[in-house]
Amino acid sequence: MADASVATAYRSIVLSRVAAQASYRTSFAIEVVSQAFIVLVEFAEVYVVFHQVDKLGGFSYAEVTLMYGIAVSAFGIADLVVGHLDQLPFYVRRGTFDAFLLRPLSPLGQLVTSDFSLRRVGRVVTGFTVLAVALVAVDIDWTPGRLLLVVVTPLAGAAIFSAVFVATSAIGFWVIEGTEFANAFTYGGNYLSAFPFTVFGTVVRRFFTFLVPVAFVAYLPSLALLGRPDPLGLPGWLSWSAVPVAVVAWIASAAVWRTGLRHYVGAGS
Amino acid sequence: MIVEARDLHREFVVRRAAGRLRRTKHTVAAVDGVTFSIAPGECVGYIGANGAGKSTTIKMLTGILVPTSGHVRVCGLEPTRERATLARRIGAVFGQRSQLWWDLPLRESFRLLAAIHRLPASVWQPRFDECVALLDMAPFLETPVRQLSLGQRMRGEVTAALLHSPELLVLDEPTIGLDLLSKEALRAFLIRERRERGTTILLTTHDLPDIERLCERLLVVDHGHLVFDGSLPALVSRVGAERVLVVDLVEPGPALDDVPGTVLRSVEADGLRQHLAFQPDRTTAAEVVAAVSALVPLRDLTVTEPDIEDVVRRLYQS
Repeated sequence: MADASVATAYRSIVLSRVAAQASYRTSFAIEVVSQAFIVLVEFAEVYVVFHQVDKLGGFSYAEVTLMYGIAVSAFGIADLVVGHLDQLPFYVRRGTFDAFLLRPLSPLGQLVTSDFSLRRVGRVVTGFTVLAVALVAVDIDWTPGRLLLVVVTPLAGAAIFSAVFVATSAIGFWVIEGTEFANAFTYGGNYLSAFPFTVFGTVVRRFFTFLVPVAFVAYLPSLALLGRPDPLGLPGWLSWSAVPVAVVAWIASAAVWRTGLRHYVGAGS
Repeated sequence: MIVEARDLHREFVVRRAAGRLRRTKHTVAAVDGVTFSIAPGECVGYIGANGAGKSTTIKMLTGILVPTSGHVRVCGLEPTRERATLARRIGAVFGQRSQLWWDLPLRESFRLLAAIHRLPASVWQPRFDECVALLDMAPFLETPVRQLSLGQRMRGEVTAALLHSPELLVLDEPTIGLDLLSKEALRAFLIRERRERGTTILLTTHDLPDIERLCERLLVVDHGHLVFDGSLPALVSRVGAERVLVVDLVEPGPALDDVPGTVLRSVEADGLRQHLAFQPDRTTAAEVVAAVSALVPLRDLTVTEPDIEDVVRRLYQS
C-alpha cells in the first residue's frame, strides 16, 4: 500500500516531465533525430577502421557491429533513464537538492525522476537497429540459452551503466566540477564497451572489467553469443555473468551514493 | 516543545590555499553552542547578520545538515535520521531555493507535491482552494512558474509548504525582494494561518516590520552564538534602538537642538534638513512632529526605522 502510493508519486513526477518536454514538439523531434544521427556518425568510426583492416582485435566487422549494437542500446537505455545524474553539482548549487531533502521521498529517486530526456530515445532506437542488423550478419548457433542472453544482455548492460552513472554522480557531493569527472567514466566507459577488449592494454582492460565492469556490457556477452572463448583467457562462465555483475554493481554504487549523501549532510567527514 | 536545540554545534572545514601547492585546513564554527526551544503555536523570528549561523541552524532543524554535536529534536524526531517522516510534518520556504517546478504551470506543482506527500484529494484540495483564495493566486495558476513575478512565486512557495498542513513552518527570508503590498499580504496570511490552525512558525528575516507584525519572540544569533532571546520591545529597550525623524524646513532655520525627547543628530544645508533621533519607548513620532512644527514651518518629513542589522550590532557591542 505504502509502496503503491510511492509508485504513484514517481509516476506523477515522470508524467509531468514528459508533458513539460512534449510542449516543445518541434525542438523535441529535431533532438530525437539528431541523437539518432550522432550514433550513426560514431558508428562511421567502426566502418572506417574496417575499411582498412579485415579484423579488429581478432573480430570481424559483423562481430564488432554486434558489440557496438549491444553497447549503444544498453548505454542508450541507461542514459535515457539516469543520464542526467551527472547534473548533481548543478542541483546542489541551485539548492534544488535541498528541496529534495525536504520531501518524503528518496533523494536519489527524486533526482532520477527530476529530468527525463526523452530525446535520448533516438540513441536507443538506433542502437537496437544496429543490433538487429548485426544479429542477421553474424553467424550465431542459436540455443534457448543464447536466445535468452540476447534479450537480457542490453538490459543487464543498461543496469551496469546505470550503476556507473549513480556511483560517479555521487562525486558531485564532494567536487563542484564533478560533472566532467563523472562523464569520464560514463561516456568513456560507453566508448570502450563498444569495442573488443582485445584491442586495449592490460591496465585499461582490467580496470574496465573488474572495477568499472563495462566489459560485461557487450564484449563478454558477445563472446557467449558467438560461442568463442575469451582470447585473453577469462573463464567462459564470466561471459554469461552480466546479470549478477549488474546486481553487484548496483549494491556497490548504492553504497557510494549513500556515502556521498552522508558527506553532503555532513555526517561522514 | 516542537523544537528543541541543546548545545548545538556545527563546524565546517575550510581549505585555503597556502602557497603554491599546500592547502591548510581551518575549522570554522558556524553554530557554536546554541540552546533554545519553541513551544507549539509560537511565532519566532530568528535574526542575525549574514553568516551569523541562521541558515546552518535551519538546515540542522530540517534535516539537511547533521550537527557536529549537540541535541536537536523537531516534532519529537531526530531530523537527519528521520528526515522523511519529519518532511511530512514540517513545511519549509527557502526564499532562494524553489520547491516548485519551473517549467510547469503553477497548479501542476501543487498536484505533484500532493502526490509526493501522498495526500488524498479530499485532504489537500480544500487546503489548496483556501490558499488560492487567501493569497489571490487564481489569476496565475495556469502560468508556468518561470514566468511568475517574485511576489507571485513566493505565494506559490508558501502554499507549497503548507499543502500537507505541517505543524511547523520554517521560512528563510520569505519577504526578501517583495514589494510592500506583497509583503503585507504574506504577513496577513501567516498571521491567519497561525490563528486558525495553531501552526508554529520560525522565520529568518532582515525586515523589521516582519518581526513587528508576526513574532512575539526573537532569537538573535551572532557568530554562531545566541545573544538574545526575548521580545522585540525588550530588545529595542535593551540596546536603545532609536528612530530618526528627518525634517525638511521651508527655509533655513536654527539648529533644533532643544526639542523634548530628541537628540539632534545632524544638520544639513544650513539647517534646511535636520535629523532628530528619539527613543520609541519614550515618545512618539507624532509628538516629535508636533513639537517641531510648533517651532518652525515644515515642508517635508520622513521617519527612518532602526535597521535590524543595526539593532543586532548594538546588541553585540553592549
